[in-house]
Amino acid sequence: MSVPNDRKYADSHEWFKLEGDVVTIGITQFAADELTDITYVDLPTVGGKVDAGKELGEIESVKATSELYTVVAGEVVEINEELGDAPELVNDDPFSRGWMVKLKTSDVSPFDKLMDAATYEKHCATQT
Amino acid sequence: MSKGRQANVSATIPMQKTTLPLDKDHPLLFERVSPGATAASIPDSDVPAFDRAAAIDSEYLAGEGPDLPEIGEMDLVRHYTRLAHRVFSVDANFYPLGSCTMKYNPRVNEIAAAMPRFADLHPYQYESDTQGILELLYRLRGFLQEISGLSEVTLQPSAGAAGEMTGLMIINAYHRSRGEKRRKVLAPASAHGTNPATCAMCARDVCQIKTKPDGRVDLDDLRANVDEHTAALMITNPNTVGVFDEQIEIIADILHDAGAQLYLDGANMNAMLGIARPGDFGVDVMHFNTHKTFSTPHGGGGPGAGPVGVADHLRPFLPVPQVIQRDDGTFGWDYDREKSIGKVRSFYGQTGVLIRAYAYIRALGSDGLLNVSRKAVLSANYLAACLKERFHLPFPAPYAHEFILVPKFDGAKVTELDVAKRLIDFGIHPPTMSWPIAHCLMIEPTETESLPTLDEFVEAMLTIADEIEHDPETVHAAPHTTPVARMDEVAASRKPNVQWKQ
Repeated sequence: MSVPNDRKYADSHEWFKLEGDVVTIGITQFAADELTDITYVDLPTVGGKVDAGKELGEIESVKATSELYTVVAGEVVEINEELGDAPELVNDDPFSRGWMVKLKTSDVSPFDKLMDAATYEKHCATQT
Repeated sequence: MSKGRQANVSATIPMQKTTLPLDKDHPLLFERVSPGATAASIPDSDVPAFDRAAAIDSEYLAGEGPDLPEIGEMDLVRHYTRLAHRVFSVDANFYPLGSCTMKYNPRVNEIAAAMPRFADLHPYQYESDTQGILELLYRLRGFLQEISGLSEVTLQPSAGAAGEMTGLMIINAYHRSRGEKRRKVLAPASAHGTNPATCAMCARDVCQIKTKPDGRVDLDDLRANVDEHTAALMITNPNTVGVFDEQIEIIADILHDAGAQLYLDGANMNAMLGIARPGDFGVDVMHFNTHKTFSTPHGGGGPGAGPVGVADHLRPFLPVPQVIQRDDGTFGWDYDREKSIGKVRSFYGQTGVLIRAYAYIRALGSDGLLNVSRKAVLSANYLAACLKERFHLPFPAPYAHEFILVPKFDGAKVTELDVAKRLIDFGIHPPTMSWPIAHCLMIEPTETESLPTLDEFVEAMLTIADEIEHDPETVHAAPHTTPVARMDEVAASRKPNVQWKQ
């Protein structure tokens, strides 16, 4: 499994990529593989505000429904509209075309608590 | 795999017992019409024909009637009989569906519920006309109070989830009556999914409590999260990994010291009947699932019943009406409870289901109920002991009435889903899978399965373990004996097509 180095990871298997004051959020390949085929992604409304540690959306697969959490607070500036018709993008390309939400944030301090790619890979190894 | 075992399995397990052809393209009734055929002959009408077109404005006329299938009685009977033969059910197959307690539903329950003096009652009849059903409900309430060790039970909620909601509403009403607004509800990581759903329905925030590697609640994490905002902990005990948390009295003390309540999800009462009483180990509120513990039908039989029991201090908040025995010995409905949360269901609850639960309890008696739980626990531990060499058991024995196992995949391209599907070939319903831990199967044999059936299950599982090692493709491609092998669940979910068109 290759985990990109350009972003941080939560133990609940979301990735967070910071560019300026915008954080892009998605789920990892490990999470997508565990969920198996994803059938629906419920994303927040653009313009909405969300607190740190809260639920941002829901991911449904043939196997389970799980929540998408954000570690940073912010305003939803963009969602991946493509996932509406093609939720399989999350399975096929979770780190790139399968991104889910972009948040504009003023507080990036929660990033300090996230894992880097190497630590996250070790975290995944303990999960199976 | 040893040849001997394989021969044994095919000899004992009904893999190909179906006498009807497993025709994949069994036609729909609409596809099998014989024009002019009918399954019922209706005499000619003896009233004059009515000319609709003359009497009703054409824009309001419906036009021609629907194009219903024309089919003879024999074809009709065969159609439904063939479909019925395809049904997988407790009556036909072993159903080790962990967490759901798929026990046999004794026929005597059905006879009791169908008795005209119960079945033909109307809820608006006078109390004086309905003393029989009122007495039955009153006695059932008493039995459940005795079984749970709680002060009072309401029979009104119409399912386990409705019972949970009723229980949490009672807890909320209790805190409100003390001038407190407690918004936080705790639930262990192994909680049933309905627990957080109940919290959401009752506008409460859920806080997940960690569980230890042995499946028990992490007391340190519990202590760290219980505070003056905590309304309750919702716990299932024995829990969903099949272990009884012996710390339950300590857990109750931690909550009570903070003014919070202990809610027991009674889903797993089948392990405790006559052995332990929730009211004795500190539970304030619990619900029963009559379809799990007291052999009432699972779904398909209409609404269920989820009676709720409460400790003494919560009695004022129970729903109304409550069935009571008056001083003169007659039975009736009591509406006079000013702190009640009100009604949680129309009329008096699902009495047809409650009659079945009553019949079951009366048929077994207290010794019989104790034996139910003893045998349910024995059966689960027997299966676990037979399978522990070939499957990974992540939580340590002894178990209550169910246990979790994880197949040893060892790099084989096989998942827990494949194992579940392969069991169908052995005439066994797939168990609950992938929950509450990843890649697991949750096995619950219940007390109603005989030793030969349990041994057939063990043989099937050991055969599958061999196949994972030596012939994973057979497991991966299962089932091989059903009319349809695997559904395209992805397409069914992403692009559902539920319409039939000619």
